[in-house]
Amino acid sequence: MDALIHQILAGLATGGIYASLALALVMIYQATHLVNFAQGEMAMFATYIAWTLVDAGMPYWAAFFLTVPAAFVLGVAIERIVIRPVENAPVLAVVVVFIALLVILNSVTGWIYTYTIKTFPSPFPKEPLFGNRYMSSHEIGAIGVTLVVLALLYVFFRFTPLGLAMRAAAQNPDSARLVGIRVGWMLALGWGLAAAIGAVAGMMVAPIVYLDPNMMGGVLLYAFAAALVGGIDNPGGAVFGGFLVGVLENVLGAFVIGNELKLAVALVLIVVVLVVKPSGFFGRVHVTRV
Amino acid sequence: MSRRQIVVLAVLLAVACALPFLASNYRTFQLTLVIIYSIALLGLNMLTGYNGQISLGHGAFYAIGAYCTAILMDRFGVPYWATLPAAGAVCLLVGFLFGLPALRLEGLYLALATFALGVSLPQLLKYKHLEGWTGGVQGIVINKPEAPFGLPLNSDQWLYFFTLAVALVMFALAWNLLRGRIGRAMVAIRDQHIAAEAMGVHTAMVKSLTFGVSAMYTGVAGALGAIAVQFVAPDSFNIFLSIVFLVGIVIGGLASISGALYGALFIQFVPNVADEISKAAPWAIFGIFLIGFVYLMPMGIAGAVRLAAARLARKARNV
Amino acid sequence: MKAKLTPIAALLATALASPAALAQKKYDPGASDTEIKIGNTNPYSGPASAYGTIGKTIAAYWKMVNEQGGVNGRKVTFISYDDSYSPPKTVEMARKLVEQDQVLFLFQTLGTPSNTAIHKYMNAKKVPQSFVATGATKWNDPRNFPWTMGWQPNYQTESKIYARYILKEKPNAKIAILYQNDDYGKDYLKGFHDGLGDKAKTMIVKEVSYETSDPTVDSQIIQLQSSGADVFFNITTPKFAAQAIRKAYDIGWKPLHLLNNVSQSVGSVLKPAGLEKSVGIITTAYGKDPTDPAWDNDPGMNRWRAFMKKYYPEGSLIDSSNVYGYAVSQTLHQVLKQAGDNLTRENIMKQAASLKDFETDTGLPGIKINTSPTDFAPIQQMQLARFDGKTWVRFGEVMSAK
Repeated sequence: MDALIHQILAGLATGGIYASLALALVMIYQATHLVNFAQGEMAMFATYIAWTLVDAGMPYWAAFFLTVPAAFVLGVAIERIVIRPVENAPVLAVVVVFIALLVILNSVTGWIYTYTIKTFPSPFPKEPLFGNRYMSSHEIGAIGVTLVVLALLYVFFRFTPLGLAMRAAAQNPDSARLVGIRVGWMLALGWGLAAAIGAVAGMMVAPIVYLDPNMMGGVLLYAFAAALVGGIDNPGGAVFGGFLVGVLENVLGAFVIGNELKLAVALVLIVVVLVVKPSGFFGRVHVTRV
Repeated sequence: MSRRQIVVLAVLLAVACALPFLASNYRTFQLTLVIIYSIALLGLNMLTGYNGQISLGHGAFYAIGAYCTAILMDRFGVPYWATLPAAGAVCLLVGFLFGLPALRLEGLYLALATFALGVSLPQLLKYKHLEGWTGGVQGIVINKPEAPFGLPLNSDQWLYFFTLAVALVMFALAWNLLRGRIGRAMVAIRDQHIAAEAMGVHTAMVKSLTFGVSAMYTGVAGALGAIAVQFVAPDSFNIFLSIVFLVGIVIGGLASISGALYGALFIQFVPNVADEISKAAPWAIFGIFLIGFVYLMPMGIAGAVRLAAARLARKARNV
Repeated sequence: MKAKLTPIAALLATALASPAALAQKKYDPGASDTEIKIGNTNPYSGPASAYGTIGKTIAAYWKMVNEQGGVNGRKVTFISYDDSYSPPKTVEMARKLVEQDQVLFLFQTLGTPSNTAIHKYMNAKKVPQSFVATGATKWNDPRNFPWTMGWQPNYQTESKIYARYILKEKPNAKIAILYQNDDYGKDYLKGFHDGLGDKAKTMIVKEVSYETSDPTVDSQIIQLQSSGADVFFNITTPKFAAQAIRKAYDIGWKPLHLLNNVSQSVGSVLKPAGLEKSVGIITTAYGKDPTDPAWDNDPGMNRWRAFMKKYYPEGSLIDSSNVYGYAVSQTLHQVLKQAGDNLTRENIMKQAASLKDFETDTGLPGIKINTSPTDFAPIQQMQLARFDGKTWVRFGEVMSAK
């Protein structure tokens, strides 16, 4: 029983990692109706920027609050410079550009920083909460940060005019333009926000998994799965999906099929969930007019 | 087919047949790989380009085809040419079976499901209870076939011509399929699937069959690939292979048969060029090439060629 | 008659007198009076790109040798291609090196599947596949594959040393194993099973694997702890080793911790994990760890550091891969020196198989490289060491595979 609880709690911890990146994926989807495969690498790159600042002597929170806006600017820049010129290309061509971004960021980071793992500091205390041995304070804190970001996102999209404008621009760019929304800048804003969320995710994840250029590679698949299983247009669903994937991965791997078939089982699960609920658990079902 | 197209094809074929005698064995080997990739890309293009079902996991079918050949040749002593239909049949079945639940999935969701397939297959290949068949992480080494009937060709040249012959057959079949009723049904489903259904197209059947045929093509390519490289291992078929295939059909040209060949040339030679340019970050250079190609030719190389040909024809007419 | 003999005698006399004529220059493709061409494939991109630094270290080493005059008056041209750790790519690049670039031999091609893919080809073409960068056991097979040779102590040897240690110190131990699910991990696993022999079934209570794409191994460590084991054999690469060490400590599991040699770097693994969390870990070593304070003033390591600063300044001074690349290049340097002017492929293999008590700058004291026509495993010695919170303290004697 103790082992089961332990695995579930560890699953919540890794689930928090997936959830935080899934939020960034949802953000970019809400803004552009595209899934950005380079999201993980952008998050990783932003974390390296933070690491460089900390390594140069800056205190943690200064580096944190400098990196998030820097990531925002980076996201906007990428949208304007790299994505804008191909916006009229077929969707798959844009996907190829995302893939190109992914490999460029990964390769350049490996070249600048080498592949030796680096430690990234955590703002949370070193001692575990109440001396428990199940979850470190950082893991609990990271989940907390993810939930805060989720709340902020929810408020932004639901209650602010800017959030509404962004959703409109993504859903119906032509009509949005007609009512005066600067669609181009909405896209850029979406990219910037997604990059900023990714940076937060990266800085929460790095203390757990250690910082190296391939840090986000494995996380991306699970974050992608989490976002879709929860409903790609629902931030809350993405977080739920993240925790679900994390816990299932751990529990199935430990007690049901063993680690050697974990990925195959994840595949079957994803297909089963999507067949039963094609828009994910909490996604909005799209009705197409004929 | 217009007379001009037939002439172009004939010239291409003549050049293709002459190449192994003019180039070194190493280049012949590389060209054999190009032909193999073009068959694989043709398969993926059928599914994603013509039928609009996005697949991020086609490397898995390539792997299944390759392992079929390796296991049949190594464990059962089947001659190499006989493994091709077997590999094709297995992949046709697996593809069709995967296509059935995929019917319920659209766009992104299908992409995720196929992505998961591509990611999980190497792990399956390493699974210890299948190790007796797959050779586990160590993989399977197979022997290269020699030219039959005492033909004066070395094994590289013979394999090139064998692959070329298979490719010609498969391309011809695909061309026939795609310009016929089924091909039009595929494109109709991609563009307006509700209208297509209303017009009497059996969407479910066509989509699943397309998945199966597409998997079969990529599987046969994988089988040929195993024979050419003489080695299969889980590490040869990770998710990057699937991603590279997708990149190949986009750069080559979606919904285009010639696009498969352009794409194959791209994915075979551009990484080597990138490596020559920079040892420090070769994939960054590859990424830059990708972005450059998408900027300059958003409809792929085939699209750009089509545009250029149309412009030339217009100029010729205006003279 | 007599008139004819004199010129012949004169000729003979000159021939016997000059040593140069005795040591005839013999060249295979890739070698000449001025150049020796060496080929290599390394994963500069893709999932194993962390090891690409080995190729860069080797390139820097030969740059240094060339600046110092070359080997026997010849410049070494080191040609290295990226294979992204994909065996089909390795085959293509190896063929390019042998058939197009016409190198004399291949050196330090990296990866077990990559080397397996070209194993038959290299031996069929009779081109040396020398000092391959993998610890798999199959490269020591001179009878069937006379053109292939390994370098580092193979993984199964290392595992057997651990097995022997446990059988001696803790014969009633319950052992848990974490291994990477690939050729490297499974090779260690096999050696360990073989080393324990019949007792493997009763002593090993839990074996779990992980993939390099897994974000963490926390779940696996929890599984191992709940098996009740008191010995932990940790077969992981640096990132996961650090995670495993930290997690084991955090959940209060204190087994006898055996860590594989691949991840014994103080700077890259133990420090990130936490030095205090790594106390008591045991490993085997054959080379000096660049981050171990014990070697701060060691002349051999200082030579390495000077080399890195001058010829590979962007390379990390805490990455033991860079020490590895330097040491194996020194070994090849010795082979080339021994070959002299006879630069045929056959002689290269012959000299590689005639290393006697060769020591590199960075090998542990007492570790000597030896090869013979029946022994294609250059390094077979290792020594156990225990971490005391600051450095690795070696104990016991230098052990060898036999």
